[in-house]
Amino acid sequence: MSKSQKKIGPKSYSTLAKVLTGITGLDEITEGGLPKGRPTLICGEAGSGKTLMSIEFIVRGAIQYNEPGVFVAFEEKSDELAMNVASLGFDLKKLQDEKKLRIDHIHIDRSEIEETGEYDLEGLFIRLGYAIDSIGAKRVVLDTLENLFSGLDNLAVLRTELRRLFSWLKEKGVTAIITGERGDGSLTRQGLEEYVSDCVILLDNRVVNQITTRRLRVVKYRGTVHGTNEYPFLIDQDGISVLPVTSLKMANKVSNKRISTGVKALDGMLGGQGLFQGGSVLVSGTAGTGKTSLAASFANEACNRKEMCVYFAMEESPSQIIRNMSSIGINLQKHVDSGLLYFNASRPNLYGLEMHLVAMHKCIKKYKPSVVIVDPITNFINIGSVSEVKNMLVRMIDFLQEEQISVMFTALSLNTIVSEQTDEGVSSLVDAWILVRDIEFNGERNRGLYVMKSRGMKHSNQVREFVITDNGLNLIDVYLGPDGILTGSAREQQLLLEKTGEAIRSSAFVRKDREILRKRQVLEAKIASLNSEFESVEEELNKVYLEEELKKQILEKNRAEVTRMRRGETKEAPKTSRKK
Amino acid sequence: MAYEQEDFNVDEGNNSAGPYILRLFITGASPNSIRAVENIKAICENFLAGNYELEIIDIHQQPKLAEGEDVIAVPLMIKKSPYPQRRLIGDMSDTQRVLKGLGLAANS
Repeated sequence: MSKSQKKIGPKSYSTLAKVLTGITGLDEITEGGLPKGRPTLICGEAGSGKTLMSIEFIVRGAIQYNEPGVFVAFEEKSDELAMNVASLGFDLKKLQDEKKLRIDHIHIDRSEIEETGEYDLEGLFIRLGYAIDSIGAKRVVLDTLENLFSGLDNLAVLRTELRRLFSWLKEKGVTAIITGERGDGSLTRQGLEEYVSDCVILLDNRVVNQITTRRLRVVKYRGTVHGTNEYPFLIDQDGISVLPVTSLKMANKVSNKRISTGVKALDGMLGGQGLFQGGSVLVSGTAGTGKTSLAASFANEACNRKEMCVYFAMEESPSQIIRNMSSIGINLQKHVDSGLLYFNASRPNLYGLEMHLVAMHKCIKKYKPSVVIVDPITNFINIGSVSEVKNMLVRMIDFLQEEQISVMFTALSLNTIVSEQTDEGVSSLVDAWILVRDIEFNGERNRGLYVMKSRGMKHSNQVREFVITDNGLNLIDVYLGPDGILTGSAREQQLLLEKTGEAIRSSAFVRKDREILRKRQVLEAKIASLNSEFESVEEELNKVYLEEELKKQILEKNRAEVTRMRRGETKEAPKTSRKK
Repeated sequence: MAYEQEDFNVDEGNNSAGPYILRLFITGASPNSIRAVENIKAICENFLAGNYELEIIDIHQQPKLAEGEDVIAVPLMIKKSPYPQRRLIGDMSDTQRVLKGLGLAANS
């Protein structure tokens, strides 16, 4: 921001010189500060922060820009003023001693004054001129000039003198702030805007739904462009901060770096690497589904990487979160001690939405975290309408993306039916949306987690069971049984059942194996006996055959013997018989 | 506030006590200043002859005094004494109001 400002600086010098106020955000809205050497009117109702803004202008000028200033107080005495702004860390006395600041209290008491004819306000001019010259002031505040009107009767004199005062201030070349109380239907009660025509800033303090929001608007700024919207601003221990909230250019850089969510299995569901750095993730779910645990795990992981994390707790106090998370094995205390984790706990209805945004903005600017957690965003609904909350979150996400900060929001969805929209309607804004929901089955509730969307990365479409154990968070594949998905003890039971079935089945197998073996043995024995039977049959058959042969031989022998004997031959007969 | 309290305590018509100490703040030789000096001198001579001290201060010359005495509108005359302290602004041309401011209205 400051770089772009410097770029604008020289360019606008040719048209209109400006003076940086040093008030956070105001210089951005006015694109470089207040018109140099001209008076600016700050108007607003009582308690809208006019005096504070003008004194901050003077003090910041004296400290940061080495421009001494004169503060003319018509309302408060100098020590009252010093006391009032001491809470902001402004040491007026020291500045006065260093001749960087001069407070001139002007007291007008009507009851003491008798008007006896023609007069003018030369006294004021002389005092102012003396004060300016004595410290070489470049900045002047007149707070609240309108008190002159209550002290003096002659309006004609007052008006001509005021006109003269403003042109005199311009001649002096001081950058002046004039404060004025807001009137009915006009910016100031006495029509000061008639005289101060260069720059008019309107402060407003509006109460909506019992919540006050301070707003600032540049009504008019001659000769320059300026933000025209109403900008919320915050008064806290560091003074005023204005947030120029509508810089939605959608031209942010993106990172390809991935960061872990702290739950390994969840990283696995997100393409194995986790979320994109600088991305936004929404964790939504019904009550008690472990959204805060997820957020704490994300924070813990960031701190383990030695990165700064800011945790905006909207529901629980930091010590409560730390205690609760230590029960699931997440030690946040050590990160708080080492300064890596900063808790910013505030009730949503502490102040308005815009103020929350400003406060978060400030906190983020201060700590420069790489991970931000807002837990939960649901309660913002109490202090604004859906569209307002959405607007606020858009700006928040935009800002965080610009700074390359990863953010995790948690949101409570009130209905048990999974809706495609969260109550805050932010689901379209975030890069990733993790949904945790109750699965009520078999007389118990279990948590189911799935990734509804995750831009730019492959992600699992599976419902996982989200378990919170003493050692942290984990995801388990749910069991898909015949009756749908099973979780919790039903899943355990189903697993047990499966184990038993397995055991029974395997013992049956063993038995069958043995039976087969036995059968084989029986059959093999049978085969052996049949074989031996066959052998004996064969032998029998062989024996008959041999006997027949033998018989035949003997018969032939006998016949040959007989024949031989008949012929009376003796020698040849055995020979032939042997041949046969 | 303190002045108002004294207003209640001290009788308004009290003009016999002490000399009148008057301080007139003017701005150089502006027409209003010149008139104021002339008018107040005349009034003092007429009503407070010998019983007053009039100090005329040009705040152009002594701007520090202007701050000390809380001068805004000029000419300004401060009646330091007798009490109550009063501040009269203007060129003192309205004699009645000047006398009222000096606490001499009853005499006229």
